Amino acid sequence: MNLAMALEMAAECHPQRIAVSSGGLHLSYADLLTAARAGAEVIRDAKVAYLGVLDVNSPAVPIALFAAAYAGVPYVPMNYRLTRPELESLLRRIAPALLISDEVVLAPLEVPSGVKVMLRGEFQRLALSFTPEPVSAPGAPHDTAIQLFTSGTTGKPKAAVLRHQNLMSYVLGTVEFASAGEDDAILIAVPPYHIAGISAVLSSTYAGRRMVQLPNFDAATWLRLCRTENVTNAFVVPTMLSRIVDHLEQEGGRAGVPSLRAIAYGGGKMPLAVIELAMRHFPGVDFTNAYGLTETSSTICLLGPDDHRSGFESQDPRVRRRLASVGRPVPTIELQVRGERGDVLAPGQAGEIFVRGEQVAGEYLEQGSLLDSDGWFPTRDRGQIDEFGYVYLEGRADDVIVRGGENISPGEIEDVLLEHPAVSDVAVVAVPDRQWGEAVGAVVVFKDGAEATDAELQDWVKQRLRSSRVPTVIRRLDQLPYNEMGKVLRRVLKQQFADVSS
Amino acid sequence: MRLLKAGTRAKCAVCDTEVMVVRTVPAEVALTCGGVEMVAMDAAKTPGAHAGTAGQVALVGKRYVNAADAVELLCTKGGKGELAVDGEALSVKQTKALPSSD
Repeated sequence: MNLAMALEMAAECHPQRIAVSSGGLHLSYADLLTAARAGAEVIRDAKVAYLGVLDVNSPAVPIALFAAAYAGVPYVPMNYRLTRPELESLLRRIAPALLISDEVVLAPLEVPSGVKVMLRGEFQRLALSFTPEPVSAPGAPHDTAIQLFTSGTTGKPKAAVLRHQNLMSYVLGTVEFASAGEDDAILIAVPPYHIAGISAVLSSTYAGRRMVQLPNFDAATWLRLCRTENVTNAFVVPTMLSRIVDHLEQEGGRAGVPSLRAIAYGGGKMPLAVIELAMRHFPGVDFTNAYGLTETSSTICLLGPDDHRSGFESQDPRVRRRLASVGRPVPTIELQVRGERGDVLAPGQAGEIFVRGEQVAGEYLEQGSLLDSDGWFPTRDRGQIDEFGYVYLEGRADDVIVRGGENISPGEIEDVLLEHPAVSDVAVVAVPDRQWGEAVGAVVVFKDGAEATDAELQDWVKQRLRSSRVPTVIRRLDQLPYNEMGKVLRRVLKQQFADVSS
Repeated sequence: MRLLKAGTRAKCAVCDTEVMVVRTVPAEVALTCGGVEMVAMDAAKTPGAHAGTAGQVALVGKRYVNAADAVELLCTKGGKGELAVDGEALSVKQTKALPSSD
């Protein structure tokens, strides 16, 4: 059970098939395998404990991922959009390391001692410059394959540990080997440091699918690459799909991507309006919602194309609401919703989502394993399962508002406020309250030219939810703070309320 | 006969077949390809032939299970022999195709 096995099988089965297309460069699966083994020699020569990557997508990324497996060191892709102190702190945490990066990203940084820098182009050139002995990957299935720093939307980034057996269990459990056709191509727009960026490389390799890389996402380039590279599959985060749809609405034209057959999305909550518009603009395309976490080696639940179509077309509200669900657990994952006392809840009751399965790592370098004695991992996501087994998420457990002992999920209030005709975006957070401990605070963004008073918004919620859900404090912003993957920075919003009340 | 673990890889001593153990039983088993016991990945090949010529070949990427669904192998390199555990021929596991999610 080593990541390298997926590449060896692909290179054995279809050596001449193109593995990576990036800016005019094409590498076959045989090339990628040779480059990974050569890259491993570069890493071994550096005598380091980690291989860091601080860069956008390029052919160096899949080479580095597999090269680290052959060198027997963890692969650590990092977020190049972090601030200088944040990045320098992460780099100190992986020293001694070899760092593959780019001049633009490196320019503002003072690279800590123990971190040897190699430019992306140089690593790629070296890895493609010779053919090493075809060695096997060292180590055991339990060895760390990848270490990913969490996004840190709630605090200091934690180092999530993913072992070879976790990642390979995910791939073997969800992907049929060599299932991609000769002409299949996936457009990879998620950055390398996101778990979806990693699973895209592993799943595509195992399926034998060509990876087309888009280093810096924008809607127009995404659509153009779909056309020029005859892309058949794509994975996007909700923000990307939202921008693609906005672009098409503004241009007023057709998407014009006849080769595109499937779009998978995940990595955050998809607004209903966005997915409905997307299905209108891409009528022949299969949509799949993938819910997963870094700590679970990516996808644990799927809402497939059939559910999207029936949800889109149905007049039955129970079927229609499925578009807002993350679907059902994949066959290799067990899922439970538990209450505060750890009791397993019945369908329709909201609680914390727990999962179990071989792909579930649930482990941080600093804290160790978070799995309980039976192997269950607390996702810290709140949600519920309906009578048909579909899972509905209600936000992070850490974002729950505890008002006088009552647990309130921001998600249900946000959903209601988003339906208000004047509201274009909203985030609900806990605000300090003398009487209740915490109260409901809402930050709203209005549509262009629209307005609503506090009383109007409070009435709107009161008519639809229990009175404890009515926001006591409402603030207005021109836009909400998001991180680059489309997650609302609730920490920032909470801080603003704290400043006001103190 | 040997004790296998999930993740253990083995190869046929005769043909090209290679497998990885996905699931197994907590007991020693005889893992064979074409009737010949499979060996460790770093072991030398033995010149010779499969004990039997009947049966199916091993196909890369396919999962092979016994009737009790207790032992499961992934064929990581295709070959010409039939995979078996303790003399019981393994069959190809039928998997339900999932939509591509990444």
